[in-house]
Amino acid sequence: MNNKFRVFLKGIFDVSPLMIPVVPFGLIFGVLSIDIGFSPIETMGMSLIVFGGASQIVLLQLFSGGASSLVIISSVGAVNSRHLLYGAVVSEHLSDLKIVWKIVISYFLVDQAFARSNEYFKKKKDKDKYFHLFGGGITCWVIWQTTTFLGIVLGAFIPEKLGLSFAVPLTFLALLVNDFRKLINVIVIIISGLVATFGFNYVPYKAYVIVAGVTALLTAAILTKLNKKNE
Amino acid sequence: MSNWLLIIYCGLITFLTRFSMIALLKKEMFNDRIREILSFVPSAIFPAIIFPAIFLDNSGDFQLENNPKIMAAIIAMLIGIISQNIIATIISGLASYWFLIFVI
Repeated sequence: MNNKFRVFLKGIFDVSPLMIPVVPFGLIFGVLSIDIGFSPIETMGMSLIVFGGASQIVLLQLFSGGASSLVIISSVGAVNSRHLLYGAVVSEHLSDLKIVWKIVISYFLVDQAFARSNEYFKKKKDKDKYFHLFGGGITCWVIWQTTTFLGIVLGAFIPEKLGLSFAVPLTFLALLVNDFRKLINVIVIIISGLVATFGFNYVPYKAYVIVAGVTALLTAAILTKLNKKNE
Repeated sequence: MSNWLLIIYCGLITFLTRFSMIALLKKEMFNDRIREILSFVPSAIFPAIIFPAIFLDNSGDFQLENNPKIMAAIIAMLIGIISQNIIATIISGLASYWFLIFVI
């Protein structure tokens, strides 16, 4: 078996367990998008073009709340700023690649694939190791597109009184489960939540996500600094 | 702006956040301090979606009484902290929400 193909399969294998939570996330996205009034083709287009769960749900949430396009786009950018970190972390392993491969790998650099491939990259020195991220990313891609499609189909049958929009805060809550145990994270979470809730009606252009995010991130910067001084 | 243009711009900014560091980064650009702060991005951004969706109603007014979402979110959070499991968190939250609105 070709080495690239072997590493590719290893990527698929490593990322697969992380796909279980993506299934309800994709279904919820598909259902809600139709519910809000996007067409099935636009919904599928979002998953194909944006290909990022949190970004797409923020898009829906702000769109249904009547936010302007500029605010929606910059909020999506704010949600995505964590990818800067992922890119920075994996870039040293990808520096020899051709630009086309860098573009392809970037499109597939989602949370789950990053998490698994970053572990793999730290252990291996093999020059074909980027195929691990490629395999993991494609796995995420297939699951995301399939569940979006199923959500679109299911959306037509799900009654509105089930209140499925409540699944949005729940999914984001679920993405934070590891952070509830760390004190600084808990403080940052509470600050962000309070600023957003109280700013919801007062921050112009529905830019409350950005204002809350920046305030909370500054808090994190201050707290981590204080924490180091005390050590 | 048309929906398609909005989707394309959102896709573009998503791609650029992923691509920029891979394409441009020189190692020394990101020190440990910036990495540490960026690791707080989910904790800083996601609650800005979570809290208003739980505590405010559709018109943006506070809804603190007779609000099953608050109890359901607390249950989901506790299950999440105990189980550290994403699916268990979502399902326990939805199940308690439905229980509160349909059964009680």
